[in-house]
Amino acid sequence: MSDVLTVPRSRRTVELFLLLLALAVAVGANYLAGIGREEPLGDYFWSQAITLGVMSLFIHLILRVKAKYADPVILPIVVALNGVGLAMIHRLDLSAAQVNPDFVQVAPQQVLWTAVAMGSAAILLIVLRDHRILRRFTYISLIVSAILLLLPLTPLGLEINGARIWISVGFGTFQPGEIAKITLAIFFAGYLSTNRDLILLAGKKIGPLQLPRFRDLAPMAAAWLVSIGVLIFQRDLGSSILFFGLFMVMIYVATSRVSWVLIGLAMIGVGVFVALELFSHVALRFDSWINAFAPEVYDRAPGGSAQVVQGLFGLANGGLIGTGLGAGRPDLVTYANSDMIIAALGEELGLIGVVAIVMLYVVLVSRGIRAALGTKDGFGKLLACGLSFTIALQCFVVIGGITRLIPLTGLTTPFMSAGGSSLLANWLIVALILLISETARRPAPSAPMKDSFPEALGVSGKPKKSAKETTR
Amino acid sequence: MNQAIRSAWVVAIGMFALVLGSLTFVQFFQAEDLTENPWNSRQLYQEFGRQRGALLVDGRAIAESVPSNDQFNYQRVYNEPDLYAHLTGYYSLSLGSSQLELAETEILSGTDNSLFYDRVVRLFSGVDAQGANVELTIDPELQRLAFDLIPEGQRGSIVVLEPSTGNILAMASKPTYDPNLLAGHDTGVIAENAAALSEQPGLSFYTNPATQSLVSPGSVFKLIDAAAALESGRYDAESQIPNPPALEFPGIEYSLPNFVAGGCASRPTADLEFALEQSCNTAFAQIALDLGEEAIQEQAARFGFGETFAIPTDVVASSFPSDLSEPELAQSAVGQFDTRVTPLQMAMVAAAIANDGQLMKPQLVKSIRAADLELIESPQPELMQQSVSQETADQLTDWMVNVVDNGTATGAQVPGVAVAGKTGTAEFSDVGDNAWFTGFAPADDPQVAISIVMENVDIPTGQQLTSPSAKRLIEAVLNR
Repeated sequence: MSDVLTVPRSRRTVELFLLLLALAVAVGANYLAGIGREEPLGDYFWSQAITLGVMSLFIHLILRVKAKYADPVILPIVVALNGVGLAMIHRLDLSAAQVNPDFVQVAPQQVLWTAVAMGSAAILLIVLRDHRILRRFTYISLIVSAILLLLPLTPLGLEINGARIWISVGFGTFQPGEIAKITLAIFFAGYLSTNRDLILLAGKKIGPLQLPRFRDLAPMAAAWLVSIGVLIFQRDLGSSILFFGLFMVMIYVATSRVSWVLIGLAMIGVGVFVALELFSHVALRFDSWINAFAPEVYDRAPGGSAQVVQGLFGLANGGLIGTGLGAGRPDLVTYANSDMIIAALGEELGLIGVVAIVMLYVVLVSRGIRAALGTKDGFGKLLACGLSFTIALQCFVVIGGITRLIPLTGLTTPFMSAGGSSLLANWLIVALILLISETARRPAPSAPMKDSFPEALGVSGKPKKSAKETTR
Repeated sequence: MNQAIRSAWVVAIGMFALVLGSLTFVQFFQAEDLTENPWNSRQLYQEFGRQRGALLVDGRAIAESVPSNDQFNYQRVYNEPDLYAHLTGYYSLSLGSSQLELAETEILSGTDNSLFYDRVVRLFSGVDAQGANVELTIDPELQRLAFDLIPEGQRGSIVVLEPSTGNILAMASKPTYDPNLLAGHDTGVIAENAAALSEQPGLSFYTNPATQSLVSPGSVFKLIDAAAALESGRYDAESQIPNPPALEFPGIEYSLPNFVAGGCASRPTADLEFALEQSCNTAFAQIALDLGEEAIQEQAARFGFGETFAIPTDVVASSFPSDLSEPELAQSAVGQFDTRVTPLQMAMVAAAIANDGQLMKPQLVKSIRAADLELIESPQPELMQQSVSQETADQLTDWMVNVVDNGTATGAQVPGVAVAGKTGTAEFSDVGDNAWFTGFAPADDPQVAISIVMENVDIPTGQQLTSPSAKRLIEAVLNR
């Protein structure tokens, strides 16, 4: 099924070398953030360095034992992104503490979350021998997704800034939607890899468009419903776009039909139109995107453009080379350490620094796509491609929003923004992509074993994805 | 399926490309516009967050930035604020800055080109950016004396120059204010204080009265008439000028009188020495009518009229009016009508006469020093222009000494020292008079040129506050 071949070499030593480089970047950034503000080698410096160092080496060792052919670039990139994010969150803490001595620092909690997220990724790597096992949980994933998405609407839910996407979990808040992103991806990968032949072959052909049968539209409709539901009931435009993008790309990859993408885009067009008409918060966001520099829009509450405009000022202040860590004023931007962290990074690291960060994402997404190309099972392809694409889409929505390319929506920057649920979900995604890349790059012991593998695991479905596939 | 995955990758790369493009647009192409946007407080924070250099007088800071515990890191503090307010100006979060704080802001904030090397060194040594210090030419004791010579509640200015260099030794004005009121970090409080200061009569806190308020010079302007007369070659020490009690103009009901209680009436004709000694209006009016408007204007311009310049704070141009009718020219020539001068301008006239006719550019800054007080730059005395020939200057000096010895400025006499001077009274029917003294001493080796103006006073008070004050200042300088 795969027409992409990799020379089967482990490359774990390359990973170790890159990992040390990534740790140097992460710890160095943290040192610079602390310099001149307090003694740079404080408690936080060591907790960040030790957490990142120990946990990433731990994951590296797991990969050496459990998945030694996994992609060697992914882990170092993610460690670097996570570490630079921690440094910026810490740096913003120091500014906030200067103004308000009672300020509760965010960074130590984020370090804790990093440890939890990396630990969870490690556990997933150990427990999940092969990503194809997940295919067994296709419909369970759907149910879990539904529960996760509904949780914020229960009494457990919390409404913050008009969006109801958090739940209270004792020591803090959690966004179940972040995890739902993974479970929904699993469901769609499982559903589409099982039923893609049916979806592809049935249905009428009108002109150049091969239209699917109505009942095959069901997953599509489900995706649309979930997205619109999230938008209506949770008032979270960002997540809604993300879910929809995830489904769209997976359906497209499963069917290779542009018609499906067109239908999808038409549906999202209707959704956006309806949202603009029905929900003032969406309309306000749209208005503060178009007219960001109008005085009456700037100071409007809620839905003013002050945040995005201040973010632009920050980016402009950074210019080409940036002010240097600790030398800018990213603290002037609201939510600088979460939604707007790219503005903070752009200000202090400059265009050069923020382009470097975006390039890390480009490489990360490309390696994920590479894993999708390389793996031999449809489920793995869909999962890896969907999850990787989600990271790209999320970067696009966040950075595009900050730079006023598109309306600003509240989304986290993967691995960098303050927020535990997003970090945990993204690290789990990394673990899944690592596992898929392992199967993509692992030397095939023999042809028959590959094909019989799914049955051996007791997965229902169509193992022998036929000669027709390979010609595609 | 792989082809679709590749397409998905292309879309992902396309999104990243868009994002990189918009980042480049914002951070590179749009950066300057965004930085200059009035809503962008970053420049302000950046500027106020830096340790700004101090303004120094004789090694002591009159304005300095001290560490503060708020988000700006530093607080601007003015020492002896009343005394120096009009020189330092203010450095305010919401009102901008003024005077030296404005004129020397690049030096003080450390962004001036002359500090480039210093900045590079700091960049590599990791030391925080710091502004340079500006040391003033002001003599603190003389400044204090000048300040105290203006009574509380009196609107007036005193300027003391060193004629040979143009250095400003003292420049004091009242009413004054406390710039600390405008330098806080609470914009609400600043607005309140600014509103309160605006209510204060006679005070305009954003200007320095000595360099930026224009007042009628009255008879001190006769020095310029006398200079024009000598420079024209048509008048000399021997020339006799008709000196009627009043100058009539045919066809209109206006006459320009000599000062009723003065000594002018004793002579029907006067030479220039006598006319200056007794400040005879009619004699000078006739000289002006004879020489013409342009000649007077020309001479005034050679003393610096009609020109704005920086010392480095802005100095407003003094002006002699143009397109005048004969009565208007007559009035303007005796410093009335639309003739307007800054207190500094009249000190410059005295200083130019004192310095053999050479007008030195007034200078308030003695040196620029780095944060570690290392000398970066010290402005050299600069010749503005030759105002009058040396012969004219010598002749005017003799006549001005005579004014102090025998004429209207006897109050300025200093025992054992030849003082040159000229008084003036600009008359207003409604608000009282402006009393002037301008002069220099010692006449043979001038150390100091002085200009004093007291606004809206009655004549006896004005006389008390001008010539005797000049005497005190001259004594203070000579006893230094």
